[in-house]
This record gives sequence, C-alpha cells and structure tokens, in this order.
Amino acid sequence: MTNFLTILFDGVAYGMLLFVLASGLAVTLGLMNFVNLAHGAFAAFGGYVCAVLVNRSGVPFFVALPLAFAAAALAGVVAERTLFRHLYRRSELEQVLFTIGFVFMAVAATDYVMGSSQVFINLPDVLQGQIDLFGVGIGRYRLMIIVICGLLTLAIQGTLARTRFGARLRAAVDDPRVASGLGINVPQVFAFTFAFGCGLAGLGGALGAEILGLDPYFPLKFLIYFLIVVTVGGSSTITGPFMAALVLGIADVAGKYYVPKLGAFVIYALMIVILIWRPHGLFGRTMAR
Amino acid sequence: MSDMTTLSPVAASTARIGRWRWQETAFWLLVVASYFLFSDRYLILTEIAWLALFALSLDLILGYAGIVSLGHAAFFGVGAYGVGLLAKHGIIEEPVLALLAAGLMAMVLGFVTSFLVIRGTDLSRLMVTLGIALLLRELANRFSDITGGFDGLQGFTIAPVLGLFEFDIFGRTGFVYCTVVLFVLFLAARRLVNSPFGLSLRAVHNNRLRAEAIGIPVDRRLIAVYTVSAFYAGVAGALFTQTTALASLDVFSFERSADLLLILVIGGGGYLYGGIIGAVVFKILQEIFSSITPQYWLFWIGLVFVVIVLVGRERMRRWARAAPEVLLRRLGLARGAGGGTSRGAEL
Amino acid sequence: MTLALETIGLDKRFGGLHVTCDLALKVEAGARHALIGPNGAGKTTVINLLTGVLTPDAGRILLEGRDITALPVHRRVRAGLARTFQINQLYPELTPLETIGLAVSERLGHGADWWRRRGTRAEVNEEIASHLAHFRLTDVCDERTVTLPYGKQRLLEIAVAIACGPRVLLLDEPAAGVPESERHDILAAVASLPRDVTVLLIEHDMDLVFSFADRISVLVNGALLVEDTPERIARDPQVRAVYLGEAHDA
Repeated sequence: MTNFLTILFDGVAYGMLLFVLASGLAVTLGLMNFVNLAHGAFAAFGGYVCAVLVNRSGVPFFVALPLAFAAAALAGVVAERTLFRHLYRRSELEQVLFTIGFVFMAVAATDYVMGSSQVFINLPDVLQGQIDLFGVGIGRYRLMIIVICGLLTLAIQGTLARTRFGARLRAAVDDPRVASGLGINVPQVFAFTFAFGCGLAGLGGALGAEILGLDPYFPLKFLIYFLIVVTVGGSSTITGPFMAALVLGIADVAGKYYVPKLGAFVIYALMIVILIWRPHGLFGRTMAR
Repeated sequence: MSDMTTLSPVAASTARIGRWRWQETAFWLLVVASYFLFSDRYLILTEIAWLALFALSLDLILGYAGIVSLGHAAFFGVGAYGVGLLAKHGIIEEPVLALLAAGLMAMVLGFVTSFLVIRGTDLSRLMVTLGIALLLRELANRFSDITGGFDGLQGFTIAPVLGLFEFDIFGRTGFVYCTVVLFVLFLAARRLVNSPFGLSLRAVHNNRLRAEAIGIPVDRRLIAVYTVSAFYAGVAGALFTQTTALASLDVFSFERSADLLLILVIGGGGYLYGGIIGAVVFKILQEIFSSITPQYWLFWIGLVFVVIVLVGRERMRRWARAAPEVLLRRLGLARGAGGGTSRGAEL
Repeated sequence: MTLALETIGLDKRFGGLHVTCDLALKVEAGARHALIGPNGAGKTTVINLLTGVLTPDAGRILLEGRDITALPVHRRVRAGLARTFQINQLYPELTPLETIGLAVSERLGHGADWWRRRGTRAEVNEEIASHLAHFRLTDVCDERTVTLPYGKQRLLEIAVAIACGPRVLLLDEPAAGVPESERHDILAAVASLPRDVTVLLIEHDMDLVFSFADRISVLVNGALLVEDTPERIARDPQVRAVYLGEAHDA
C-alpha cells in the first residue's frame, strides 16, 4: 500500500511537472494554431540557465528558479518577435519544418556551448532526502514540485477566470477574429502569452533537471510527451492538459514500477488507446480551426 | 456543332496525361550514364538511390495526399531490421525476396497504423506518427538480444542478388541493384499518381469536403496510399541494410524522419521527381557540412530547415532558375550584358 | 405521389441552440422544391443534415424511401443525393476537366483504379465532355480552378454535382455572390436541369425562387412554418409577417 502511495505521489509530481512544461505549447496551439515543436528548447534553456546560476555562480536555487523563468520568457519574446511571428499564417508543414530546424540548431548550439553530458543542479540541503508523513516516505524534491506547480496551476486558472487579461485571452483563443473585432489586441495578447508559456517551460526545465535529466537532447527526448499532453488534453482549456499530464505522469511512473520490462511503452499504449477512443482528444477540440 | 468538336479539348487533354516527357527520359538516361561517369563514387550514389526511394514514399502521402508524418522512419526501420534478421537467421537469403518480404512487413505496419493516422486532427497525426517511430525504436532497444540494441544488428551477410551478383566493396552491385529497384517502384508510383486513384488523392488534399461530397470514400483512399507508402519506405530501408550491412537503432530516429521531410521539401512534393532531386541536394549538403564541422551537422541542417521555410521554396526556385542567366550576364556572355553590370532585376 | 426526399422528426441542437426542430420535410419526385426563410433559419443546417455533414440528434432521413440516416457522406452520394455548397467548395489546383472527371469516375466505379492511366476510358471522356459543354466550361477545361472567374466556378460547382448522377440534387444558394453579368448562365443552368432529377433549392433571390419552384417550404427558426405552392406562399400573411417583420427590425 505504501508503495502504491509513493508511486501515486511520484506520478502526480511527474505529471504536474509535465503540465508546467507543456502548458505553454497548449496555449500556443489553441491561440494561434501554431505548431511549435521547438517548445522544449525553451525548457532546456531555462534548465541550463538555472544550472549555470546555481552551479557556477552560487546563486541560491530558489532565486535561480524565477531567473530561469525570466530568461526563458525573454528568449521567447525575442524568438517570437523576430522569427515565429512570420509563421502564423503559414501551412502546418512549414511550421513543423521551421520549428524542427530551430530545435536542431538549439540542440547543437547547447551541445557546443555546454557539452553533451547530462547536467545536474546542486540542490540545497532542504530539498534532499525524504520527509516521513504517516509512515510514507515523501521525497522532498517531489513535494516541492507539487507545491510549486500546484500553486502555479491555481494562479493560472485564477488569472484566466478572474482577470481581464484572462478574459481577453479566453476570448482570443475561442475566436481570434471576433476577439479582434471587439477591440482585443490579439497579437499583443499572444506575444505576452507566448512569452509566459516559454517562461513556464523554462521553469519546468529547471525543476525537471533533477527528475527528467537535462542534456542537450532534452527538447527532442521529451517532445513526444509534450505532444501527447496537448493532443490528449486539448488546447481550449487549462484543465484538459492538466488532467492529461497527470494521467500521463502517473501512468508512466506506475508502468515503470509494475511492468519494468515494458514500462516505457505504457505512454505509447495510452496514447494509442486514447486516440482510438477519442480522436479529438479527451477534452475537446485541439486545434482552433 | 457535332460531338467531334466538343470531344477534342477533352481528348487532347486526356491524351497528355502520363505521357513521358523528354525531360524525364533525359533524367533517367543521366542516371544510367552516372554508372559510367561516376565509377569511383558508387557508394554515395547508392545512398542517394535508396534515399530517393524513401523520399518517394513520403511524396506519395505528403506530396499527393497531404499527410504530414513525423515518423516515416518507422517503416524504413522495419524494412532495415527485416532484411537484416532474415539474413542473419537464414530465413530468406536471396536479397530480392528478402526485400519483398521486408517491404510487406512494413506494409502491414503501415496498414495497421493508418487507422490511427487518418482520424483525429492534424496535431494528433503528428503525435501518432512520431510516437509509432519512437515506440519501435524503444522496442528495438528493449529486445536487444534480437536486434543487437545500441550496437546494432551484427553478424549477418547479404547473399548475392538473384544468386548471381555479389555485393562488392566498390558498391557497383549495390548501385545497380538500388537503381533498378528505384526505377521499377518509380514506374509503379508514376502509374498510380496518373490514375483516377491518384487524382482522388489530390482531390482529398485540395478539398476534403468536396471529395466526400462527390462520393469518394476518403478514409479508404488514405489508408490505401499510406499502406503503399509504408511498403516503399520499407523497401528503402531494406536496400539500406542490404547495401551497407548495417541496421541499428538510428534507422528509427526522429532525425531520419525530419531529414526526410526536408529532402522532399527541397525537391518539391507532388510531381514524383522531387524526392530524387531532394536526395541529391541533401547528400551534397551533407558532404559540404561534414567537411566544415562534422560533429555539429545538426546545427547546419537545422539552419537549412529554417532558411528554406523563411525564404520559401518558390523564391528559391526562381533564384535557381535565374542564377545561370545572371552569371552569364556578369561574364558578358549573355545578351544585354553590355560590359558586365548586372542589374539582377530578375530576382 | 412518391417522395424523393423525406425527413421525419429531424432534430438538431448546438448546445443551447435548437437549430432544427422536429422537421418534417417532404419533397416529391421530380419536383422543383424551394426552401426559403429569413437569415439564421437554419437552411444550410438542413442541407448539412440531409447530406450527412452533420449528424442529427433525432429523426430520420429517407431518400426515395430508403433510410439513409446512418450512411456517411460519401455513401449518400452513391445512393443518389448530391449537393452544391453555398460558398464554392472546389479543388483549387485541379482543372474543371479533372474535377468533373473525378465525379464521373467515382460514379461509374472506376474511382479507385490505380493501375490505369486516367483518360483512357472513352465513355468517361464522353460524359466529361458533355457536362463541360452543357455548363459552358469547355473553353476553360484545362485551367486551374483557382484561376477561374467566380461565375465559372459557380457553374463548375453545379456541374460537378450533376456529374455525380444524382436522383436528388440539393442546391445551396446557387446564385449567391455571382456578379450580375454572370447570373444568367447560372439561372439557365439551373433551369435546364434534367426533369428526372428532383431539385431542392435554397435561395434568397425571390425572382429565382418564384420562376423556378413549383413548391415552396418556408423555414423559420429551424421549423417548417408553411409549405405550399408559390402563389399561395406569396399571399400567405404569416410568411409576409416573417419577412416584413425582419425588414422592420433591420
């Protein structure tokens, strides 16, 4: 029983991490119909920024995290304004090609600058080891992930539901032309949201270095996970990708524990089953049009 | 106005369908000529041949039917491991038979996965195609006692083609073998795209709504072309393994699928020759980049992806066509040069 | 009186919007039947339900007595039901010859032939030629559809529907968006449709409706208000209220 709880706990942590990583991609897709296969590059960027700050400059971990967010968000702004912006009206194939090229360049550049081996972030003592909770060993790091990601999710949900920006964003996702006709500056909403999504990805990359492993090939290794979260969860809500990420996280952890020989296939099997059952994702339309 | 006069425009037009144009004949003569012209480079020509076949397979689904796949390497890999395992365990030794068998294996996989690929959204298609290729790669990794895992399949040799032609180290047999297979499959593909079936694919790609509204069973057509495409890709993979005696995890890699997309985009989809042209250009690029920085090839190829999309293929084609003229003008060899000042206005 | 097309209790909602309400449409064989109604009445929705683009929440659709409610779009075409779209749905990169050729091949069962070059069957070519001639498209038969003027495209839209060899043809605003100079061709094409094909026409253009239709159904808010001959519809106070009422609000 305790094993089951630990697995559940680890799975939830993993799932929430995936959600934070993939949520930016979901919004990008839902808002601008823009297939950004390079999303993982911003995550890796945030992870590496955090690693450099903590390992080489002695910045405290909890200070480096928001800095990783900021750095990735900034990178997102630059990339969006200079490059991605020109692709919104292009065909799916062109978006796919371009973003693949972008991520290839990012991977190679990271390899060149940072080397090809995996990078570990020196964690503060408070995050090492476990806490004993009702006889169950809870990993401190994973607990932190759940807390941070949980708070982030609530904040995102709150912003969307209760603020004017959130209302504008939801309107723009629902129908950009109508929203624009109502006076909503859709490109601006999008630029801001894209940057925020990249920031989240960067934060996810920093948090994920310990659990997922950070190396130059991170954006490609986890691309399929991001795609699954967004396809299965849909991109018209926040709860969709959230639930999808949780299901994916728990299934992956549970699979690797209970069926180690075939553990990695659990997500692929899940992907196939869900697609057969609900071709348009579990939670509704995945592409705006 | 009798029936004869109204028939002529239609008759004239339909008579032109599928007729061999002189450029095509010239192209294939050039291919045959390369056997004599480039006798020291058979190995690279062989690579171009199976790569061209691989690209042809993608053209069928992407250029004609509009299906974007991020994982076409799945079928390539099945073909590759297929012939490797058939040779290693002595099940089928004759290469042509093994080729067909491996192609069939890939075809079955294509048929089975086609149901997932045709339903759902564009995004789910990207996800499924990528996922299937990664799944196979993972499978090959897991069952490393069969596949050789990371190191790849070892200890197999390829028997002589038709029992007569041994694979030599210069790659001559390999080149002729691959080129013949490419040509045969090319002919079949050519017949297919010029048939009513082929036209219906283009119709589905142009306007799926209208295609259904004239009674085309869209799903069935897409399943069919996806299955055929998988066969072609499997044969390409089989040729790869038969000519190099290699088969390892990277036959399923995302990079292979991504490079394939690039090859077809470089050459252009929808007219069957794009894959071959793209394969040639790609190989040339590979040679150039490998001589600059071999270990950061990924960066340069990523740059090519980005540049191609930003510049746009139409513009590039115009440049490519205009470049010789501009060059000649500069050299004062063309009309209107007047001393070599080039306006470059054609661009 | 045989019914070429009939709906029984056809019902459709989009969330809270009840777009088709228990519709009982009856179209007689060989009729020239018009479906009219104010904007937003749900006329195109009815066409989409009839053709299978939309699935009804309730009700049945009978084509010449045969229940086609469960058939997918392409099967309904095979069963003899063809349509045109309000906004042209054509193949931008294909030529009229190819467009019509496809419809004819499919109908004759050659659509899936992959081993034979197109254009090698004489009977198909002859039929393509006759359709092209009938709709005055012969001179542009080899041009890409996207380059054609709108009127020609609209003619092609009707031509391709006819090429499917339907028993029942649904025309969704055939004259919509066509410039004045090209309307005549459209109207002539519609008037010259073979009599053994039943036609259900959606139109806003009342001149076209009254000159073409021998029976009119009026659709308001997804439900059938009244169905009668053109003369009686023109005099019906309810219909006038619906149309004039709308003019008052506008």
